[in-house]
Amino acid sequence: MRATVPAAAGTAGEPAASGSRRLTDRVFRIRESGIIAVLVVFVAVTASIQPRFLSSGNIQFILVNTTVFALLALAETMVVVSRNVDLSIGSVLGLSAYVSAGLFGQVPGISIPVVFLTGLGIGLACGAANGLMVSIGRVPSLVVTLATLYIVRGIDILVVGGNEVIAQTLPDGFTQIPRAGLGGVPYLAIVIAAVIGAGAYYLRSFRSGRELYAIGSNPDAARLAGISVGRRVFTAFTVSGAIAGVAGVLWAAQYQTIDSTAGTGYELQVIAAVVVGGVAIFGGSGSAVGAAVGALLLQTISSALNVLGIPPLWIQAIAGLLLLLAITLDRAISVRLLTSLRVRSSGVGT
Amino acid sequence: MTPAAAPVLSLRHAAKSFGAVQAVADGSLELSAGEVHALVGENGAGKSTLVKMLAGLHRPDAGELLVDGKPVALPSPAAAQAAGIAVIYQEPTLFPDLTVAENIFMGRQPLLPGRRIDRRLMRAQSAALFGRLGVPLDPGRICRGLSIADQQLAEIAKALSRDARVIVMDEPTAALSAAEVARLFEVVRTLRAAGAAVLFISHRLEEVFEICQRVTVMRDGRQVLSSELAGLTADDLVRAMVGRQMPERTAGERSEPGELVLRVERLTREGVFTGISLAVRAGEIVALAGLVGSGRTEVARAVFGIDRYDAGTVAVSGRQLRKASPSAAMAAGVGYVPADRRQQGLVMDMSVQQNVALASLAGLRRAGLVRSAAERAFAADWAQRLRLKYGRLTDPVSLLSGGNQQKVVLAKWLGRRPALLIVDEPTRGIDIATKAEVHQLLVQLAQQGVAILMISSELPEVLHIGDRILVMREGRLTAEYSHREASEEKIMAAATGQLAVQAP
Repeated sequence: MRATVPAAAGTAGEPAASGSRRLTDRVFRIRESGIIAVLVVFVAVTASIQPRFLSSGNIQFILVNTTVFALLALAETMVVVSRNVDLSIGSVLGLSAYVSAGLFGQVPGISIPVVFLTGLGIGLACGAANGLMVSIGRVPSLVVTLATLYIVRGIDILVVGGNEVIAQTLPDGFTQIPRAGLGGVPYLAIVIAAVIGAGAYYLRSFRSGRELYAIGSNPDAARLAGISVGRRVFTAFTVSGAIAGVAGVLWAAQYQTIDSTAGTGYELQVIAAVVVGGVAIFGGSGSAVGAAVGALLLQTISSALNVLGIPPLWIQAIAGLLLLLAITLDRAISVRLLTSLRVRSSGVGT
Repeated sequence: MTPAAAPVLSLRHAAKSFGAVQAVADGSLELSAGEVHALVGENGAGKSTLVKMLAGLHRPDAGELLVDGKPVALPSPAAAQAAGIAVIYQEPTLFPDLTVAENIFMGRQPLLPGRRIDRRLMRAQSAALFGRLGVPLDPGRICRGLSIADQQLAEIAKALSRDARVIVMDEPTAALSAAEVARLFEVVRTLRAAGAAVLFISHRLEEVFEICQRVTVMRDGRQVLSSELAGLTADDLVRAMVGRQMPERTAGERSEPGELVLRVERLTREGVFTGISLAVRAGEIVALAGLVGSGRTEVARAVFGIDRYDAGTVAVSGRQLRKASPSAAMAAGVGYVPADRRQQGLVMDMSVQQNVALASLAGLRRAGLVRSAAERAFAADWAQRLRLKYGRLTDPVSLLSGGNQQKVVLAKWLGRRPALLIVDEPTRGIDIATKAEVHQLLVQLAQQGVAILMISSELPEVLHIGDRILVMREGRLTAEYSHREASEEKIMAAATGQLAVQAP
């Protein structure tokens, strides 16, 4: 159908439109720039008290420890934006780490890519199981992944028994993966940054990625819009599991000694990082880059508390307090934003 | 008739039942290109069910639907969209976290090579759509915080982008300001000029006459009138909408009202209801009539203390009630039977006897523990008085029929010997036999001196039960009638803002 455009309407619309355009642009920048600002301030304060914090050794330490963490934050982001949660990633990481790294001892001369594929396969299977139960079984993901958290950990304990993988069985080529780098920046950190960038780009610029946000924003509307909600959610869980599987192999390369407790409780740290990074816990908004920066911030906080000589007993409590502060700040910003949007729209509406 | 004038959409003799309730018995509708067609009728006349058939949410039990003269089936919302039918709901379902442009194109975004979304083109196309509609809405803005009017415009733009030729608007103006309504009507005229068929559902008859060319009136699930609007008056429409029969209460069943029990003075909750003053005496049934969404339930909730209010007072038996405190209202002898009994009136997983005793536990306790035997005796007593049909008192209340569930809710409050009972849509979704029993029960309670405030959207019920009838429209009381002077026409006119229309 064709309508004649009233000439005045288009021009009358211009100023209002560009005004609110600027506002939304600012919004999107704020969501990530807020967390980056917190990070910068935190680093500056810590460095002014203890200059050793900015030594290349310490920076490298933080980056290496952030890689696996940030990778899992990407996995969790995909699930959380669709208004779900994956609590099983810590357990999947633990199982994958033991089984894949264990291969070096059991199969002499096994190639490193095969070990990675094993970890990927384990994660894929766990993620697909989660995805099936959530999308076809229609069981809330909180319940499903809480159950698989224990089931996968239980399998891990059965497989490991009293054993552990020890560093001596791992080839140098494997254990060097997290350490090799250029001028203090590990290659791995660069690769992971690229992977996270790709993941964020996928979520932002592909139909299936946008549909995850749509599902998280309003599941009923998503169904009305003809989105195959079940398939998208299934995919998100499968990819999340697969990433957790690969993260397990990297974890093994980094820590080298793996028993049945590897990664216990890690899922909550990851969720904390995701939320600190500006991903809404009830879905619909937030980016993988933000989540990764959230991971970097939490890792920096724990490292800074160490460097500042704060007794380890205090670290968890202080980390929790800072988490609360960061989220409160973020919440306050978004509430103010919403109010300003309301004011704007009522201005346009009349 | 020339082929060019063939209707875009025609629904013939559609029927739809939900269990024993027939929502639509004989629904027919014919929409032509370039017309705005009004669909009007009382609450419960079957308009919403008809719309849901067109939206692909309900499958009709009988009848046929033709689009461009060809029969089509609409098993899903996607099928309705493919057939060129778009439905704009009163409160649109958008993705609040996404931009307006993304909402319009979700699942159909324009793509760049490599299947990436072309955001720039998407935004430009959205802007072009709003240009065609003649409204300035920024496509890059996220939807959270948009006014209802702007959300509707986003939905209309979505419908345009899908090349929808039939646009159904389900009470679009109910939540809009006058300026927003004017802007919406400009958009509707643009759509019409572009050759779309618009189905416009509204309770405001002045709007119908302003924007529509033809009208279809439904009553009791049937089409009772379909005609050009030119030559009709609002009076004609009101007359077509009403006209169901129900026996009058006999004079002997009406008792002289006693002392003042409820006095509400200038009760106001901003944006919801304004300046509500009413009184209910012992032994009197006051019916609160009006359209769904006119603020009746909200007034009841404020009186019972569930919601806050900004100004005014509520007094029961001469003592002013504390704001926003249901326990204070209960202590003063108020009972409240909500409209949604499954969600608000009952604890569905608990047994019949537990539900009956729920509001009277204080009297059934010993040393702080509820005595099961006392609870059972209490429940059995009330079940018998209300002629409750049940298997065992320990069965979950969810097993009962709707009518018997309603009796359980009533029993729960009657067990407290209330001075004032507020009942909201007491017979909604209840079969006819039980409905008569519930009516009888309310009348008996009034005879025993209980003051009753009844909210009802069913005009025959209002006329049959009420001693006095108050009518609300858009948050204000617009009329008061004694049962002698009241008629369906008068109530409907006051509820839809056609007070000038008076029955001879």
